[in-house]
Amino acid sequence: MDQIILKNVTKRFTTKTLGDIVAVDNFNLSVHEGECFSFLGPSGCGKSTTLRMIAGFEDLSEGEIDLCGRPVSVKAENLYVPPEDRGLGMVFQSFAVWPHMNVFENVAFPLRIQKLNRTDIEQRVKEAMAHTNLTGLEKAYPSDLSGGQQQRIALARAIVTRPKVMLLDEPLSNLDPKLRESMRFEIKELQRKFNFTIIFVTHDQSEAMAISDRMMVCDMGKIMQIDTPENLYNRPNSRFVHSFLGESTFLNVIVKDGGVYAEGDLTHPLGIGIPKDADEAMIVATRPNSVELAGADGSGYLTHIEKRIFLTDRTEYLVPVGNQTVKIQTPHRVSFSEGDACSVRFISPMWYPREDDAAEKERQRRLLI
Amino acid sequence: MKRFRQNRDLAAVDGVHFGMGGILTGLCFILLLIVVVIPVVSIIYNAFFYQGHFDPTLFTEQLTDPGNLAAMWNTVKIAFWVTLLGTIVGTFYAWLLGRSDIPAKGLMRALFNIPYMFPPFLGAMAWDLLLNGRSGYLNKFLMSVFHLSSAPVNINSLGGIVFVELSYYFPFVFMQVVSALERMDPTLEECARIAGANQLTVIRKITLPLVVPAISAGALLILITSLAHFGVPSILGFSQGIYTLPTKIYAVISRTGGSFEGIRSGAALSIMLVIVVAVALMIQKKVLSSGSYDIIKGKSMRPTLIKLRGAKLPLLFLCVATLFLIVIVPLVMIFLVSLVKAYGLPLTPENFTLKNYSRIFAASGTIDSIRNSLFVSITAGILCMFMGTLIAYVVQKIRPRGKGVLEILSVLPYSLPGTVLAIGVILAWSGNILGISLYNTIWIILVAYLARYLSFSMKSSSAALLQVHPSLEEAARTCGASHMQSLTDITLPLIRPAMVSGFFLIFLPAMREVTTSILLYGPYTRTLGVQIYSLRDAGMIPQAAALGSVAIVIIIICNTIVTQATKDRKGV
Repeated sequence: MDQIILKNVTKRFTTKTLGDIVAVDNFNLSVHEGECFSFLGPSGCGKSTTLRMIAGFEDLSEGEIDLCGRPVSVKAENLYVPPEDRGLGMVFQSFAVWPHMNVFENVAFPLRIQKLNRTDIEQRVKEAMAHTNLTGLEKAYPSDLSGGQQQRIALARAIVTRPKVMLLDEPLSNLDPKLRESMRFEIKELQRKFNFTIIFVTHDQSEAMAISDRMMVCDMGKIMQIDTPENLYNRPNSRFVHSFLGESTFLNVIVKDGGVYAEGDLTHPLGIGIPKDADEAMIVATRPNSVELAGADGSGYLTHIEKRIFLTDRTEYLVPVGNQTVKIQTPHRVSFSEGDACSVRFISPMWYPREDDAAEKERQRRLLI
Repeated sequence: MKRFRQNRDLAAVDGVHFGMGGILTGLCFILLLIVVVIPVVSIIYNAFFYQGHFDPTLFTEQLTDPGNLAAMWNTVKIAFWVTLLGTIVGTFYAWLLGRSDIPAKGLMRALFNIPYMFPPFLGAMAWDLLLNGRSGYLNKFLMSVFHLSSAPVNINSLGGIVFVELSYYFPFVFMQVVSALERMDPTLEECARIAGANQLTVIRKITLPLVVPAISAGALLILITSLAHFGVPSILGFSQGIYTLPTKIYAVISRTGGSFEGIRSGAALSIMLVIVVAVALMIQKKVLSSGSYDIIKGKSMRPTLIKLRGAKLPLLFLCVATLFLIVIVPLVMIFLVSLVKAYGLPLTPENFTLKNYSRIFAASGTIDSIRNSLFVSITAGILCMFMGTLIAYVVQKIRPRGKGVLEILSVLPYSLPGTVLAIGVILAWSGNILGISLYNTIWIILVAYLARYLSFSMKSSSAALLQVHPSLEEAARTCGASHMQSLTDITLPLIRPAMVSGFFLIFLPAMREVTTSILLYGPYTRTLGVQIYSLRDAGMIPQAAALGSVAIVIIIICNTIVTQATKDRKGV
């Protein structure tokens, strides 16, 4: 069942310095029950605004949002359910634990609002705190606790009402990397126990990859692609999505006489297949781990090693291709020295049209908001 | 050479040698001794000792005098109501302008800060002109329209004093709370909405508790200021025999013509006033715990403004009415009265004249008073700016033993009422110590201002110095700069904006000051405030109003210069 549905959701802002901005442009998506769904994109892409519209902190310029089969924001009917009546759980980047209440009071707050009796409150707070490894800290005040503990309070406070939908607004970005990983695991574990639907907003692609069942990549207020992490990585439908997930190398290529040539070297073909609708000037996108490096006797494009970088878990090589440079990652056992002749072969690369600079300019402009 | 210098510095850090840190620390103690300790000790000494031996009779006499007790009771009552109402009014308007979608926020905020700029005693003058029990313009108007036999409102009462002080002091709370609301992380409130709380519950359970420290700080300011306030109760209360401790002290001293006996009684009364202030501070601390929370976090986002819907227009009207009452009415009144030919004539164009202005400017006293005020305010501002920065530097960066004492001594005069300080300065510097007599000179006013305003510049510089990370000075030292060079080349330029704003924090209130100088002025050393006060006291009310208008114009000009000068400056 679809638990969160956005239909033609659009949000426009008017800013003093930049004029009108379409922060969210005609979003259509549905999130299934029990799913972990991520909104991923650079800052200014509209992901946080979308989340805030679902939470009810922003109204819509157009469109409709349904939560659990109930319309909660409908622009056409001017319907607007206030945040407190949407039955959500939410965790913020800034944790937003109340500094004037101790841990118990923070977690108990939603239940006190619901006017539960004291024994029920104690029972459920205890349970929520046990699930978030906070047991024993009831009397502590947030200012005495670490960032990780504060975020656990925020989590406990969000799960204590057993909401069906949990909104997480970059909940891990204020934590250090190690903690981030274990918290990610804890969130998944909580989801398994309480079976809620998660919307997870982040600009960190590896975090989104690790946690999501499906994710939405957006850019400049537009949805670029919605799919599983695997499909997004392996079959990005645009140059933007390709560059946003994982490392990318983009080669400007020329298609000529049935062959593909890198710009700057129109004599030696790259030896890759040409899609049907290719123009003359195109971009070929690869990833450092999907380029095969072989000796000079290999079947690929002949070149040499320009630079070799030995890293902990892999070796990186930079090789010139035409007037451009390609990065290749190999296991340590594939070993070349700088200056060695070698051949490279591109394995199932993606093709994209050349993009003009206008998109990049617009992206920069939005960052100023 | 380098090596030698380094070693000597280290020795100085360990307190073995007398390095630059030691010299600066010593300087601070000497300055505070002269400016603060001697006047305070003089008061205590003179209240309890007579001709060299202990004699508490004067003090007990004053303490049991029913008139004095009544004055003390009035002081407490006025301060209590002003603080309570000022806190409520200030918090309410701060919330309205900080968190609701009421229109014209920027303009209204600027207007709400206006009462803070103007001397309250001018406001008291204006309200006295309007609502004086016998001859107030508004009272006379109401009496003739509704055929009343007596004045409907009498501003010359405790209630009137509370009202006028309230209208000038609630901005203390207003400004503190508005800035706290602005810096507050909006997700703290949003989170409570998600947790199921409605708007009113969020205000009650989250917003208000989080701004309690700000409210408490503002309330404390109102309390101290109101307890020590002289202008309003003296203008509104004298005619009805309503005294507060500060006005009683003034009355006692001026009745005896500034004799030593009078000043000694004043000293005894001062101690009563100090005790009242101290007790009030302790109670305030008990009532409002002033813990401070870290509420400034996360990415700055526009806080969700609360839609007032139907209540918007009535609340907007309330704001406009309040502003009209506390800002427009007194200003217009002072200006109109400054134009009438004689006090009491109806305020109609045929009675208007500019004679009052030409008359005050023809009198030498007026020009003198403006010059005196400018001189003391600028000099006190500059001296305090350097002294405050020096003390702040010693306390924050050198951290000598006894820095706590330094801190307490420099902020002590802040909670000492201006009247008390004036008496201390008179007792200390009228020939008793080393034969130095500054009495009746402009210097005695300057010394009093130094003590009174030192803490302003110290707090300003102190806050800025906290922002200057020690590594900045250390980096200069590693580049070969001496302690002195790192101070002048790195630290001072970084805190210069704070020093400048410290100067204006002193200059502006000193320009409109009356509480301290009314006890210290001599024949040729009237300040602007004193001059207005004495003109009014002598019954020349239209001239007093004219000089008041001039003072307002001077204050507006100075304020505009300040805001223009500090607008584009980058902070540290």
